[in-house]
Amino acid sequence: MKRIDHAEAASHFIAAKDNEAFHDKRLWDLRQKRDRIRDEIPEWQALRDLASVIKEHALSHLAGYLEQFETQAKLNGAQVHWALDAADHNHIVGEILAARGVKTLVKSKSMLTDECELRPHLERRGITVVETDLGERIQQLDDEPPSHIVVPAVHKLRGDVAEVFADTIGTDRKNDDPHYLSEQARLNLRPYFLDAEAGMTGANFIVAETGSVVVCTNEGNADLSANLPPLHIVSVGIEKVIPRLADLAVFIRMLSRSALGSPITQYTSHFRQPRPGSEMHIILVDNGRSERLGLADFWTSLKCIRCGACMNTCPVYRRSGGLSYGAIYSGPIGIILNPTQDLRKYSNLPYASTLNGSCTNVCPVKINIHEQIYKWRRVMSEHDQLPFAKKTAMKIASRLLSDPKAYRRTIAATDAALEYLPRFLLYTRFNAWGKQRENPATPDQTFYGWYLKHRSKPK
Amino acid sequence: MKVALFVPCFVDAFFPEVGIATLELLERFGIDVEYPLTQTCCGQPLANSGCQVEAAPVEALFVKNFADYPYIVTPSGSCTHHVRHYLDAIPQTDAVRHVRTHTFELVEFLHDILEVEAFPWAEFPHKVGLHNSCGTLRGLRHASMSELGEPFFSKPLALLGKVKGIEFVTPQRPDECCGFGGTFSLFEEPVSAKMGHDKVSDHKAAGADYIVSADSSCLMHQKGCAERLGLDLKFVHIAQILNGARA
Repeated sequence: MKRIDHAEAASHFIAAKDNEAFHDKRLWDLRQKRDRIRDEIPEWQALRDLASVIKEHALSHLAGYLEQFETQAKLNGAQVHWALDAADHNHIVGEILAARGVKTLVKSKSMLTDECELRPHLERRGITVVETDLGERIQQLDDEPPSHIVVPAVHKLRGDVAEVFADTIGTDRKNDDPHYLSEQARLNLRPYFLDAEAGMTGANFIVAETGSVVVCTNEGNADLSANLPPLHIVSVGIEKVIPRLADLAVFIRMLSRSALGSPITQYTSHFRQPRPGSEMHIILVDNGRSERLGLADFWTSLKCIRCGACMNTCPVYRRSGGLSYGAIYSGPIGIILNPTQDLRKYSNLPYASTLNGSCTNVCPVKINIHEQIYKWRRVMSEHDQLPFAKKTAMKIASRLLSDPKAYRRTIAATDAALEYLPRFLLYTRFNAWGKQRENPATPDQTFYGWYLKHRSKPK
Repeated sequence: MKVALFVPCFVDAFFPEVGIATLELLERFGIDVEYPLTQTCCGQPLANSGCQVEAAPVEALFVKNFADYPYIVTPSGSCTHHVRHYLDAIPQTDAVRHVRTHTFELVEFLHDILEVEAFPWAEFPHKVGLHNSCGTLRGLRHASMSELGEPFFSKPLALLGKVKGIEFVTPQRPDECCGFGGTFSLFEEPVSAKMGHDKVSDHKAAGADYIVSADSSCLMHQKGCAERLGLDLKFVHIAQILNGARA
């Protein structure tokens, strides 16, 4: 797989000035809302601690809790499937749908099904798949992946949405009123809800104790997807299991506050058993999660509850857009999740960060995101994934900086220093520093030179 | 008290005045400051790229240069952060552990170790926006962090508050990274520059005449951005203000 070039993609994102400015402002606004609502909860930091230890406990007893969940869910009347990887998952879904002659599937937002690339798989089998989350629907109609795990079309302006809808569902191209556009989406979606033979949701949490599936949404589309058709399929990553219903309260208090700065999602739906005359299938998906669980430096990334707070606060994400990461999971959390899927393809992503640490501070389950980004850089270097130019620069810098005489020779003349300094970090895009920044002025002498003249004396 | 002064490579080459101010300031407090002449770099640019093999000899030299001093002080938050948190490309000997636990960034050395009460010589009659580098803010805990909503504190502001005539302005996003990020500034140039442009514009809009920071690297980046945008902003290291620079 070709390496994702985040910087290149980001440059195009930034070039669309209005989109970039809106994107940055909108997500920063979410961060500020999150800060304000955090202040209403005096025990916020205690909640973070609690959420973190519950997740760490669940992950370190994962097999037991998953089996407990399976047992309970079966007792409730749901059918439980285990999927080793994406292909396995897609196959299971395909078989369930085929056996029941399903032609249309409505689904709510699920990053996992995007991760598994379920939609194209089913479409190849002649099944119409309809995303019902508004943002996800916009992205589906525009044939683009989601750019944010909570607000999938946040990189689009309303005019962009008007264009997409005009092209795909025949709305008035000139009307970019959000109310008009969402009403049109609703009108377009409603018949699918009524006609679909199957509905699919993801899950924010699954509870081992009760065998129930918890889905948090703001649009109610997950409830329609789950409750209208006679078949409800749930796709859920195995890391989403929590031990008890009581634990759920901790996460529900944090999820929407972290994500959108709102106290709770409009809908927090607990699906425990199929309605009379209908079926409920739950697919527990691994797809690399067990492998990740075995990585000493990175296993805690599985604590993630997909709130997107790290993305909203990330100054790099806000200015580069989710699509620039070339992966379903973007932003800081994406940087640390994606390499376990494909090391080479995502080898540049850990460098799409200033390691500023804001992500770690907002994470409701206290994943040390920026430290994991840092650690991934070590992995990339160990696995020889650095671009040749960067590796070469590092080798040269290493030799110079570990040899005081050579260093002094290079830096002696300050004119040479200017030559030398960008280069020792550089060997990259031509004149990367100077494209949008002035170079630092070169002083008459180095500090070293000044010191020799003014302070150096036999001690 | 004996202190070794570490002047990071880019300060040595581009901002000798910051090294000089740091040295003079420490001397004002009667400290015996030595500058080991064979020092180069702490290894941060290499380690930050993940290149532990390449960082190892640089870190080894750093430790060799500084292991014999009770304190190592440097006017750089990011270097201090590297030494304290990440200098582990080499075996963790007693000397390495000593260096890692006794290296201080200038502000924390003045604030926490020397507990400086006053800078009678200092006067800076300008509107100043403080830039906490991410290394100092979230790495060294110079100040309260907006993400956590913790009670306000700020070591750099506590020190600068003792300077006569100084006036502070606060940008909209005081904790936002300026986008320097070491090699990030080059390999992620489009985002880095955009962040820098936004940062200096934010300070300018808040009414700053000067941006002050404990990190010359952030200042170098922001100065380059401001000059390119044609913004009338000046940049100064906190050591210079505390040492009595008037402009």
